[in-house]
Amino acid sequence: MKRDLPDNRGEAVFEDFKAPYTHNQAIAEANRCLYCFDAPCIQACPTSIDIPKFIRRIANDNVKGSAKTIFDSNILGMSCARVCPVETLCVGDCVYNNMDMPAIQIGKLQRFATDAAFEKGWEFYEAGPDTGKKVVCVGGGPASLAAAHQLRRYGHQVTIIEKGTFLGGLNTTGIASYKMKADRSLSEVEWILSIGGIEIRSETSVPGSVSWSALADEFDAIFVGFGLGADSLLKLDGANAKGIEGAVAFIERMKLNEIDVSSIKHAVVIGGGNTALDAVRETKGLGIPNVTLAYRGGESQMSGYAHEWAEAKKEGVIPSWRSQPMGFRTHNGHVTGVEFQRMDENKKAIPGETLELPADLVLLAIGQGKLGELMNGVPGVTVEWGKIVTEEDGATGAPGIYAGGDCRNGGKEVVNAAAEGSAAGHGIHAFLQGGGTCQI
Amino acid sequence: MPNLTSNTAGIVSPNPFWLASAPPTNSGRQIMRAFEAGWGGAVWKTLGQPIQNVSSRFGGTHWRGERGVGFNNIELITDRSLDANFQEMAEVKRLFPNHAVISSLMVETREEWKEVVSRSIDAGADGIELNFGCPHGMCERGMGSAVGQEPKVNERITSWVKEFSTIPVLVKLTPNVGDIIPHGMAAQAGGADGVSLINTIKSIIGVNLETMVPQPVVGNRGSNGGYCGAAVRPIALHMLAALARHQDFKIPISGIGGVTNWRDAAEFIALGSSSVQVCTEVMLRGYRIVEDMIDGLSTFMSEHGYETLDDFIGRAIPAYSEWGQLNINFETVAKIDPEACIGCNRCMVACHDGAHQCIHPNTTGANAPVVDESECVGCNLCEIVCPVPECITMVEVNNGYPESTWNEHQQEGKPIRPKKGSHGYDMP
Repeated sequence: MKRDLPDNRGEAVFEDFKAPYTHNQAIAEANRCLYCFDAPCIQACPTSIDIPKFIRRIANDNVKGSAKTIFDSNILGMSCARVCPVETLCVGDCVYNNMDMPAIQIGKLQRFATDAAFEKGWEFYEAGPDTGKKVVCVGGGPASLAAAHQLRRYGHQVTIIEKGTFLGGLNTTGIASYKMKADRSLSEVEWILSIGGIEIRSETSVPGSVSWSALADEFDAIFVGFGLGADSLLKLDGANAKGIEGAVAFIERMKLNEIDVSSIKHAVVIGGGNTALDAVRETKGLGIPNVTLAYRGGESQMSGYAHEWAEAKKEGVIPSWRSQPMGFRTHNGHVTGVEFQRMDENKKAIPGETLELPADLVLLAIGQGKLGELMNGVPGVTVEWGKIVTEEDGATGAPGIYAGGDCRNGGKEVVNAAAEGSAAGHGIHAFLQGGGTCQI
Repeated sequence: MPNLTSNTAGIVSPNPFWLASAPPTNSGRQIMRAFEAGWGGAVWKTLGQPIQNVSSRFGGTHWRGERGVGFNNIELITDRSLDANFQEMAEVKRLFPNHAVISSLMVETREEWKEVVSRSIDAGADGIELNFGCPHGMCERGMGSAVGQEPKVNERITSWVKEFSTIPVLVKLTPNVGDIIPHGMAAQAGGADGVSLINTIKSIIGVNLETMVPQPVVGNRGSNGGYCGAAVRPIALHMLAALARHQDFKIPISGIGGVTNWRDAAEFIALGSSSVQVCTEVMLRGYRIVEDMIDGLSTFMSEHGYETLDDFIGRAIPAYSEWGQLNINFETVAKIDPEACIGCNRCMVACHDGAHQCIHPNTTGANAPVVDESECVGCNLCEIVCPVPECITMVEVNNGYPESTWNEHQQEGKPIRPKKGSHGYDMP
């Protein structure tokens, strides 16, 4: 597994959008918490962290207990503190919103407690006594990490298979850098792996390098935790020109490598989801002077979070609503502009109305491939719309094969992957306790 | 504009706000700055044989992020010479003739008392306050609260001072007693013109858990000190009211203990204070707090039609009853405003764990929990924990029972209403 990243990689220019709390700030904010009973914030958290409990522990200067409260529910508490869309989850449901007062900054408090645990080297968990059972987690992202940690606590031997070079999944390669940089994700991975006894097989793909049946032969249970596939691309005139690429691929390149955008004057990001919003804020943050978000619907039709778009607007991103790409202008094999068809409120083309925007970088944020198909042919596993169908605990229907994360939910938040991975860890343990073993 | 002029046992000041005898009145220069800020009077840092203080001296109670909700000190009386203090006192009176300067005194022998009383009068003091209250350091030397806790000693020293003094004499009482009444009576019997109360409460403010030393820490030890600040106000209000309503207690009272703003001061006045003394809040926020004390009290008096302090001094005393004289048939129940409720459920958990289990989840999915009025005892706990102003109110219930006190029930057999809140478990 690769651990080192270049210092001069593109994301190095970003500062934290939400600065960490100082000790005094954290105490002051923690003391504002009303310590609700049966709190709405807990219900809003996919991992059901006992938020009033961890906040009260910060207020009472028991930061160690606070961090443990968080990790007990979500071993990826450090990254979730930074990357969760708290405005639509816990913070959005804080009762202070009901009295028109500022909601508790739960994410920042969680970061305060979990970062303290990391910085001070507090260790909360140890592997359970060896059960002799072996489980493999396919994919090295948050879902697999959560499952693997849970399984180690139960004493099962765990192997993580990752097709790339780094663990952490999109936490490492895809999170907007003003929320979390790649090195912080890798340090969290190390922290999670410090429970010990987790074998890593990187640059190994399933079923490419290893078949499902080979895994079933070697292991007693399989957790499938891989994410989404490559960016969807457009089959339009000029789409192969230089300067046109998938947004996820661009973000990964920027996060892991040195990148030179000094010659780019106009960036156009196509899409209306959260990847598109990350891409416009990141290209703007890299210093590209003109950044346009081009979306075929209107502002209210975007699937991306309103709070993210509000920040993008403040940062100077220009929207081009109801604009459907029709083709690309190129010069000497490099993109120079994008031609759009104007759409009406129902996303239907308005005949004769077109628009052209100059562009020397075009990022396509119109979706990613679903990888559920990789499980086609595994008996007992159902794949619908590219997503693996499971029970609550991740059981697929094939004995001993569980799934969680983006391959199951179609692409949600890190916290959803953490919740599903952890649930599958419990499910797999119950399965193994019952004497089960996976078979294909 | 109401007249805030205050008269406590003949000590007149432009307003009822005095600095209590403490670090804010340590020197003439401080007191002159305080008078310029608006304070009506100042009780000088207690004078006596100069002492040597320790370092550190103060400790704070910090609670839910608020610093200094309570406060304690192990500082003693003045550590400066009597000559310097009396010289400065004369200077202050020369420059601020209309402000009240009260000389706080603590010495041992009759001769010493005679000397410091006489020198106070010579310096132009408007009154004398006898420090019979300090609960640390001085009491171990037979002064301060050691005097205040012994009514006979209190009365004897008070009578000495009255013998020597031509200006009003206040006796400052210690709260470190089981019942304040005999101590107030002793001062009155000794001839005091008034009393002031309370002094600080004997306390240990905390413990340093790393070093296992009580706070405030002096090297590798700590000692008990005197507790004060906002947290002690209810104790002070009770002792004030207990004396103020006593039929045989006739002399004026200067109230002290946790006064932080005009509202606190108004409560002291309503329970019988002719003036109020402030220390801790000044130590925490500075002399300037008096600006809003004056402004707020004036506004309050105007809005209520009080033209002078006399119009409301002791105004709440008639309603202060013994428990046995409360109307036991008066009944309230909690009402939760569903529009205002934010759904924190604090009332519910408080009622279930700390009261009578009569607030229940709302099964319709709405925010507001549901009050079981048939079991609600009207205790106020839910209203106290609710973070939304006016969301929970205690509403009177007409239960059909005529007014009856416990005493009347015991003595005359007047009927009392059935009990609530036990859910039938121990009902006859």
